[in-house]
Amino acid sequence: MPLSINHLLGMQGVPREDIQLILDTATTFKEVLERPIKKVPTLQGKTVVNLFYESSTRTRISFELAEKRLSADSINFSVSGSSVSKGETFKDTVKNIEAMKVDFVVVRHASAGVPQYLTRISNSIIINAGDGTHEHPTQALLDMYSIREKLGRLEGLKVCIVGDISHSRVALSNIYGLKTMGADVSVCGPATMIPRYVEQIGVKVIHNIDEAIQENDVLNVLRIQLERKAREYFPSLREYNTYYGLTTERIEKNGKNVLILHPGPINRGVEISSEVADGPAQIILEQVTNGVAVRMAVLYLLGTKHS
Amino acid sequence: MEIKAKLVDELGINRIITRMAHEIIERNKGSKNIVLLGMRTRGEFLAQRLHAKITEIEGVATQIGILDVTLYRDDFRTRLKQPQVSVSNITFDITDKDVIIIDDVLYTGRTVRSALCAIMDFGRPSTVQLCVLVDRGHRELPIRADYVGKNIPTSINEEVKVKLKEIDDEDAINLVEIKFSQE
Repeated sequence: MPLSINHLLGMQGVPREDIQLILDTATTFKEVLERPIKKVPTLQGKTVVNLFYESSTRTRISFELAEKRLSADSINFSVSGSSVSKGETFKDTVKNIEAMKVDFVVVRHASAGVPQYLTRISNSIIINAGDGTHEHPTQALLDMYSIREKLGRLEGLKVCIVGDISHSRVALSNIYGLKTMGADVSVCGPATMIPRYVEQIGVKVIHNIDEAIQENDVLNVLRIQLERKAREYFPSLREYNTYYGLTTERIEKNGKNVLILHPGPINRGVEISSEVADGPAQIILEQVTNGVAVRMAVLYLLGTKHS
Repeated sequence: MEIKAKLVDELGINRIITRMAHEIIERNKGSKNIVLLGMRTRGEFLAQRLHAKITEIEGVATQIGILDVTLYRDDFRTRLKQPQVSVSNITFDITDKDVIIIDDVLYTGRTVRSALCAIMDFGRPSTVQLCVLVDRGHRELPIRADYVGKNIPTSINEEVKVKLKEIDDEDAINLVEIKFSQE
């Protein structure tokens, strides 16, 4: 069965079968990444534009590698050094790029809804690489893949997302994806960083990190997004660290084996201590490795689907 | 699809496997340097059977792997259905080995072409040989098999269906008539 979706705009509304297919396909690509020649000719002749209106290290490199390893041609666009600084509108930029015959647009933008808007003005396959504080679906997919790889399942697992939920596109995508896959999702953070509607979509709110550790199998620790003015939502970084920072002592005190994920980049000593970030319970770098395989799966499944 | 004739039964398949195992050993002067790569799906089980037979004859086990060539196909643009990919499982180095590709039916040769490209991404074998249970003709590429279980000349409206106990209910090679529909 092919995917039911034609674009990957978010995890909201993506059916369970699609998520399952993407995760299963990613396993195949993970094997490709372990070969001496880490490249397959599957998307030969396809062109992908990576349209990044916001900075990125992991996601951008990960997408670019995924594209190259599927033999697609990829072009990188970033705002600095482009005609955006000359005042060209977003729509004109996209239309012009598309006039050069591209098949995929991978887009990251500070405004929520940009990928959705792109599907209306463009004929390419659109993949959301993060839109504002809305969604970041490939991150959620690679998080789910990493959890499933480590713990063998998603169904019935208790997963808590810790940190700045309001400003996090990773949180929202994870909530939608995990819930679809039958996981029990909760969030933990200061009251100022928990959006009000979150309980309405069936997510439990925990305000105490110790409670979160005790009650869950997995903690997905988010970065405090200083660039999104997150600092205004709590008195000081030190206070945040005191109440919500994940440390070895805290994990040991609660005597529980929790799996720790972090989407990166890490603010060491803020949301997570270096000891935990480099410790045995975390799979932060495995998440990065899996990210390439998951993105290859998404590109492959969307790119070889005939409508 | 209607079965026109059952061409080979379980006993026949066993005899073919035994003969091909001997041919492989003879051609390669033993089984020391050979590796068997079964193509998903039925080639995988044929490879296991050949592996067991060769081990029985030579007394040493050869290496065996599974090859999935979906990612190397040339028909992504033209096919209506999206093929399902699965994992290749080759846990050893094939460089300087005599690689035997094993598949159930050789037809256009396009799957074998994909397999050759895939194998080259795993290493640089000394030789690559092709072993098929059935050769039904109609090649579209300059490819031939080194070991053929049975040559079955067919018309384009016919198909050769290999059934293996591992996934089907019996061992058999059947000739079936296909009705062309608009798909």
